[in-house]
Amino acid sequence: MPQVEPGPDIHLRDVRLVLGARRFEFDLTLRGGAITAVIGPSGSGKSTFLNLVAGFVFPKSGQIVIGHQDLTPEHPAERPVSLVFQDNNLFGHLDLFTNVGLGISPSLKLSKEQRLGVSAALSRVGLGGMEKRKPSTLSGGERQRAAFARALVRHKPVLLLDEPFAALDPGLRLNMASLLTDLQAERKNTVLIVTHDPDEVRRLADDVVFIDDGRVILQAPAADLAARRDIPAIASFLDG
Amino acid sequence: MMMTRRQRRWGLAGSAIALAATALFILLALAALLASQPATTDGWIFSAYTFRILQFTLLQAALSTLLSTGLAVPVALALARSSHFHGRLWVLRLMALPMGLPVLVVTLGLIAIWGRQGWANGLLLSLGASEPISIYGLSGILLAHVFFNLPLACRLMVSALERQPGESWMLAAGLGMNSVSVFRFVEWPALVRILPGIAGLIFMLCVTSFTIVLVLGGGPAATTLEVAIYQSLRFDFDPPRAIALALLQIALTGLVLALLATMRRPEERISTLGGARIRFDGRTLAKRTWDTLWIAMAVAFLLLPLDAVVSAGLQADLGRLVTSAAFASAAATSLAIALASGLLALAMSIAIVRGRLTVAETQGAGAGAVAYGRILGATSSLVLLVPPIVLGTGWFLLLRPWGDVSRFAPVLVVAINALMALPFVVRVLEPAMETHHARTARLTASLGMSGLWKLWHIDRPILMTPAALALSFAMALSLGDLGAVALFGSSDFVTLPWLLYSSLSSYRTADADGLALVLGAVCLILAVVGTSGQDSNRSRRAAG
Repeated sequence: MPQVEPGPDIHLRDVRLVLGARRFEFDLTLRGGAITAVIGPSGSGKSTFLNLVAGFVFPKSGQIVIGHQDLTPEHPAERPVSLVFQDNNLFGHLDLFTNVGLGISPSLKLSKEQRLGVSAALSRVGLGGMEKRKPSTLSGGERQRAAFARALVRHKPVLLLDEPFAALDPGLRLNMASLLTDLQAERKNTVLIVTHDPDEVRRLADDVVFIDDGRVILQAPAADLAARRDIPAIASFLDG
Repeated sequence: MMMTRRQRRWGLAGSAIALAATALFILLALAALLASQPATTDGWIFSAYTFRILQFTLLQAALSTLLSTGLAVPVALALARSSHFHGRLWVLRLMALPMGLPVLVVTLGLIAIWGRQGWANGLLLSLGASEPISIYGLSGILLAHVFFNLPLACRLMVSALERQPGESWMLAAGLGMNSVSVFRFVEWPALVRILPGIAGLIFMLCVTSFTIVLVLGGGPAATTLEVAIYQSLRFDFDPPRAIALALLQIALTGLVLALLATMRRPEERISTLGGARIRFDGRTLAKRTWDTLWIAMAVAFLLLPLDAVVSAGLQADLGRLVTSAAFASAAATSLAIALASGLLALAMSIAIVRGRLTVAETQGAGAGAVAYGRILGATSSLVLLVPPIVLGTGWFLLLRPWGDVSRFAPVLVVAINALMALPFVVRVLEPAMETHHARTARLTASLGMSGLWKLWHIDRPILMTPAALALSFAMALSLGDLGAVALFGSSDFVTLPWLLYSSLSSYRTADADGLALVLGAVCLILAVVGTSGQDSNRSRRAAG
């Protein structure tokens, strides 16, 4: 296997934001090429954190830097990121080939090579030959696989996952987690995954970022999380 | 930010244009009214004449509201209780029909049943009633208003009863409540919350009722403001009096709208997917007979006039009628007007909803943006404030200096019809566009999709159906409308309802019957198509 360049670091530099009555303050660096789990109680600001990196929400002040590029004012489409949400990852009225192909070109102008790439990506996630299927004929797990296939063809160095497995049952979650770690081993992407499942953290993450009330209260290697039961929010997270 | 700058600019600009056009059209008419000298023969807005008309307008609206809502209660309770009754869904569908039918067509049916030679009066006389019910005057107006509004009230009430959690009925059964207790503790609390809203809505509809009063009323003894305005302009040619009446009408609708705004808006969402609550009460023979009786009476009341329209229409020489030159030209005019006003209403609604979505998504929107979103939301109410006849009067005054007003008739009727349809079209489109936006906005933004490609491949497949439904409903409204045409119609500008009204006033009854059937059928098909999506919306949950 050829040596792959690890994904870029992500810096949130003194990022401040107010949404309604909530305040958010983030100032940290996420390690490039690693899987970082973003965890915390519900409503603490995990999704906002991800939306800041993705560009769905703009900070009031501060900078968002990926690698060496300041991307603070850029529209989501201009950022080097791929996204997988909890649901509605696919357009329900378009077949799988189109849904994945849109990851390469938003107006589906594909070269022959790229068309082959779409099929290859579908095979890679275990959906080979399903190009013509509509999302409604797929199971929840298959739909998430298709979303991963789209992330694959995009070749973006950063992968943002917003509770991607939350709607799946436990067996499937295990399955999908190993798909994710395999893909990560190949591509060395910088991965951020929002999750509320302590098992998923243990299984997947290199690092964790624990968010509580709009700020990061712990950033550490995932292995150290269990040792921080002294922080009540973390203890209650671990006890699920 | 999920929208690109370009998309945001379009969203804001489009809605601003739609809003400005609407506001301008309404405000210019208002300004024309206010700038003119209102006067009655006594020299002031309030004369004995206008006072009498105002009084009758309020009286008939209040009585219509009372009768429609009051009679709807037992019917709605019976329908909600009859969860086991297979025809229930059809009864509810029947109750949606009057809204889609041209008022004039239904009025003909009512005359056939309740008129002097009508079937109902025959029955009443043979049962020993001394005087037949008169279809003309107050009693006829009330009858027609009940025909249109009782089903509306009934559907809203059934919907409210169905929204009660299923556990309520189980609990009631488990506690051994009798029907009085069920009514007191479960049904009445559910109804009483929405009754003011329903009554307010019906009162508003009856205060601005035009066609029914035009056909069944008449004479100063049974005339509402709307009809009096029309008569002042078309027959007495007394613009100052029309202005006085129009100002009174605006004050009245403004007052009613302000009252309505304080009330809970009734929702209509009937589960047609067999989701009716299972009821454990009302299984006794007496209760079932009672329920059946009310449902049967309501069905007969609604069905008989419709049946009369169909059978009278079939006796007319339909072949000759639809091939006549007068029909062909009126049909062409009507279709052109309906299509133009429907498309206009659709375009304006899309612009308004897009504007609201844009504002809603603007992060850290300032007070100005929030206020703009509110104003966009209130556009529909603004439209209701100025009824078609009043709008028409204003534009009549504005355009009179420029020559024969009937030259502008097509444009004015299209604009007025589009405005009338606007609240309905927005109501159909807004939820569909909101859901579509919520599902796809993040995805399309992250993939960088925009412009025509997105419009065609992402938005069109999902939103085409609701847009077509909304268009269909808007066209049904325009096709059946007599109000705007009545002011501006001339021998050069004849729509189908106007042709029908003319045949009726010149006692060509057979022609009128045939026209009523054709017009009713066309409007009904369009309206049924237009509302079909509302039932199946939930079953068409797009996957992904």
